Amino acid sequence: MKRARHGNCLIILLLLILFFFLVFNMSIWETALKTLFPQEKEVIYPRATLAVLVGEHLILVSVSTLMALFTGLLFGIFVTRPVGRDFLEIVNDITALAQTFPPVAVLALAVPLMGFGVKPTVGALFLFSILPILRNTISGLDSLAPEVLEAARGMGLSRLQILLKIELPLALPVIMAGIRIAVVINIGTATVGAVVGAGGLGAPIISGLVRNNPAFVLEGAATAAFLAVIADQLLSSIERVMVKTEY
Amino acid sequence: MIELKSITKKYSKLTAVNEISFRVEEGEICVLIGPSGCGKTTIIKMINRMLEPTSGEIYIQGKNIEESKPEILRRNIGYVIQNIGLFPHMTVAENIGVVPRLLGWSKNSITARTEELLDLLGLDPDEYSDKYPGKLSGGEAQRIGVARALAADPPLLLMDEPFGAVDPLNRERLQIEFLKIQRKLKKTVIFVTHDLDEAIRLADTIVLLKEGSIIQKDTPENMLAHPKNRFVKNFVGTDRALKRLARFTVADYLSKAEGLCIEKNISQCIKNKRDKLQNRFLWITDRQGRLMGWLDIEAFLAQDDIEEALTRVNPAEIALGADFTLKEALARMLSQGVSAIPVIDNADRLIGEINLSTIEKITQEGYPK
Ligand SMILES: Nc1ncnc2c1ncn2[C@@H]1O[C@H](COP(=O)(O)OP(=O)(O)OP(=O)(O)O)[C@@H](O)[C@H]1O
Ligand SMILES: [Mg+2]
Repeated sequence: MKRARHGNCLIILLLLILFFFLVFNMSIWETALKTLFPQEKEVIYPRATLAVLVGEHLILVSVSTLMALFTGLLFGIFVTRPVGRDFLEIVNDITALAQTFPPVAVLALAVPLMGFGVKPTVGALFLFSILPILRNTISGLDSLAPEVLEAARGMGLSRLQILLKIELPLALPVIMAGIRIAVVINIGTATVGAVVGAGGLGAPIISGLVRNNPAFVLEGAATAAFLAVIADQLLSSIERVMVKTEY
Repeated sequence: MIELKSITKKYSKLTAVNEISFRVEEGEICVLIGPSGCGKTTIIKMINRMLEPTSGEIYIQGKNIEESKPEILRRNIGYVIQNIGLFPHMTVAENIGVVPRLLGWSKNSITARTEELLDLLGLDPDEYSDKYPGKLSGGEAQRIGVARALAADPPLLLMDEPFGAVDPLNRERLQIEFLKIQRKLKKTVIFVTHDLDEAIRLADTIVLLKEGSIIQKDTPENMLAHPKNRFVKNFVGTDRALKRLARFTVADYLSKAEGLCIEKNISQCIKNKRDKLQNRFLWITDRQGRLMGWLDIEAFLAQDDIEEALTRVNPAEIALGADFTLKEALARMLSQGVSAIPVIDNADRLIGEINLSTIEKITQEGYPK
């Protein structure tokens, strides 16, 4: 068990080192992309360095995910309390609906309201990541064995103590899985933000599509994919540390 | 210790509990029994305020429970629920420590208490403290459930079918252990069960319920001897006379055994006593008073040979201990086809005998204890 965990940390560390190495060593990109696309004069997106693009991308993802985490947990907890039970179905319906909007459509609707740039993108990503978090929070909290909750109440734990010491720890694996899904989806979806000028790894992709330059597209897409893999690994190992595997 | 005064609980139309009143004295085990849906769980849950009665009052140690905050009240009442409900993400030790932690005990005293309780319930603390509930057998989990309820040493225990989820053999063992613990701790216990044998074994008082009302509240002996009506009679069953015997121990009905020590001038003794001896058989002991076997007096008198007339036995196989129940004594008599069984102490010494005639008298209703 211990050995497996160490192995996992090592893999993540290696992936991170590789990632930073690639982000800060543009010469490698240049050589690689030149060989792949010899017909292109320019193979590296010129308007921002890859490091800046990654930074912008991470900000888009983390701000929207944190907002979704906060809201998702709050609503998830609320609708599983006796007072909020009545809203359970409505909340489920709304989040399911939010997921069916294509990201570009949400952006198109958001721009007249919030203008161009980061804000509408974060808003759209927020809407997209709230569903897995909220849905998993609800199912995690709702599937707990009734006798466990009854025992907790019968032993004299207050509502808040039951939530914090019994319900959330027991629902944690399911909630963490929701967060992981949200982050990975967000990293991919955030590229769409470049359409409305939010920057990030979508910028070279859009630019490459417009200028018909596949090298730009690959630069953005490959980096975003790599980022998603790392995030997935990182979150799943955090999950393993937080959730005791023994039980 | 605890008193319910005309407690009623209604769910819209259904009256789950109807005008129930009873008292349980300090240190007593009161068993609530009755068919499914008769309101046993509802009564238990009103005592720790998991449910509020529609009307009526409950007093614990003279204090109306409505004066205490529910959480505070519950921390001072041990509660074992039917499905145990151990917290799966906490170790055995953490599970047991929940209420002491709520009460602000120090870490050291919680650890000490946990070990004490595991010992008390016959589980090795070193082996079990750090186990997760998922790794426990049914019987072990039930024991931890009881340990957790006892953790903060509450004077009152509510147990809702605590041994319901284990096989009959394990259940009997748990009952015996629980009685042993109870003799030491002297808790006031309200115990819910479906199982009449369990009730008879454990109860000081049985409260028999039907559709939310008390049908009979009595000692197990009396309930079995004098069922109040047809419902009680059916409930306790046609073998109630036999069941009742399980409430009495051999020690209480010991008769003087006619025994002789083999070393003495035994032939002379027997000849002298001959007219006074009522039985054909005589228990024979060694010099330390340990049971050796029995002597057929007529055979002896005919041949005047001790060894010929003496049947040697293994005391552990033939005799009973004083803590056996009369039900077990009767079973032994029937299987061996005898009307008297010797009773021995821990060192195999003959201390008396138990007679079929005594048991017959007890099964006749109303025979005083
Ligand atoms: N929340 C509720 N709403 C409506 N009726 C209820 C509710 N809880 C219990 N009842 C009813 O009250 C009656 C008593 O229930 P209770 O759980 O006390 O029975 P019980 O004697 O414990 O039964 P069992 O032996 O099956 O555990 C039953 O008829 C049950 O259907
Ligand atoms: Mg019940």
